[in-house]
Amino acid sequence: MTRITVTVDGASYTDEVEPRMLLVHYLREVLGKVGTVVGCDTSNCGACTVHLDGRSVKSCNMLAVQADGHEVTTIEGLSTNGELHPMQTAFHENHALQCGYCTPGMIMQAVDLLKENPNPSEEEIRVGLEGNLCRCTGYHNIVKAVAAAAGSSQRSDA
Amino acid sequence: MIPATFDYAAPTSVEEALSVLAEAGDDAKVLAGGQSLLPILRMRLNAPEKVVDLGRVEALRGVRDGGDHIAIGSMTPYSEVVGNALVQEHAGLLAKAVETVADPQIRHRGTVGGALVHADPAGDVGAPVLALDATMVVVGPGGERTVGAGEFFHDLFETAVADGELLTEIRIPKHTGWGSAYEKFVRVSHQWSIVAVAATVKAEGGTITEARVGLTNMGSTPLRATAVEQALVGKGTADLADACAAAAEGTNPPSDLNGDADYRRHLATVLTRRAVQHALGG
Repeated sequence: MTRITVTVDGASYTDEVEPRMLLVHYLREVLGKVGTVVGCDTSNCGACTVHLDGRSVKSCNMLAVQADGHEVTTIEGLSTNGELHPMQTAFHENHALQCGYCTPGMIMQAVDLLKENPNPSEEEIRVGLEGNLCRCTGYHNIVKAVAAAAGSSQRSDA
Repeated sequence: MIPATFDYAAPTSVEEALSVLAEAGDDAKVLAGGQSLLPILRMRLNAPEKVVDLGRVEALRGVRDGGDHIAIGSMTPYSEVVGNALVQEHAGLLAKAVETVADPQIRHRGTVGGALVHADPAGDVGAPVLALDATMVVVGPGGERTVGAGEFFHDLFETAVADGELLTEIRIPKHTGWGSAYEKFVRVSHQWSIVAVAATVKAEGGTITEARVGLTNMGSTPLRATAVEQALVGKGTADLADACAAAAEGTNPPSDLNGDADYRRHLATVLTRRAVQHALGG
């Protein structure tokens, strides 16, 4: 067992974990952060996307021990004081989900995308989300939601 | 899917990493960014007794100006390479190729050094590094040595880096002012290259004076299309097709569900022409 200390959604946790434990299993099974889901388990689908030190990563493709000393943000840490993050609101308002399974990963990746490129074109949104699969094929409204979120954050910046 | 159990070490220096590796013997696996190794461990295609994580060796990360070359630390993530001003200015081909690797999340974690030592012939880092005449810095118990990119790739998943050694740095001669393009053919976004071509050219008034062409997934290692490189000298956008016709010469591409060897040979010539044309700004 290896002792790790990780900040997750603003709170610090110290745990003894097996080195082989995946970050996504640590989040879900040890910390109870079940908002982050396991989709494909092969690092293709992106449903397990979280932020590590502010950048998007696939938490099924990383060991919990690799997160030692780092900061993780999950979909559960995105809202502040009960207020949805603008990206969550945009997904809600644009009906950017059908079954909802890919949504936590889509939102986390979309937030990362806008951090890098605050005003993406439709194509840039699609390319930015290439590591996230939606098996309901609801991409159209997902792209709409990301564009809407980009627009609203631009307005609030102005 | 959960990996088999292993012991874990997270050294903070190259020296410490080498001594951990020496102690562990040949059943240790080096963990760089882990974007290929983690799937392998999860599917239990490999079950090493010890995993040596280089993620805390800060000295292996970053890009510096080495005078006539740029030096890229082996643990520099793809996303840092793509956005790095030195890489963009002096090794534009590498930035363009690395930008096509997998997806943004993978590019935040995966490293250029990890990809090179993993040596998957369908990976996108080998061909540009080969075309740019890079030199690899390898350290081991016997000290440091350098290996030219042409001698680095031995076979499928096999390189000049032996057990107990580490790739620490990739040195790329400055190709300042060269045009470049990476033409990648895939069936589905964010997948492995079926075939890809890395081309970089130096031109004067639209005429090529020097050309470098690397091929991805046209054999068990990345390959250099030297016949095409020679044929391209003195050519311009109007007469590329003939010069690129020999792109598949001397290659031994795989046949699989994505395409047979003949189809890949055809792709190589078409993609080479496109890559050179785009490198010329066309």
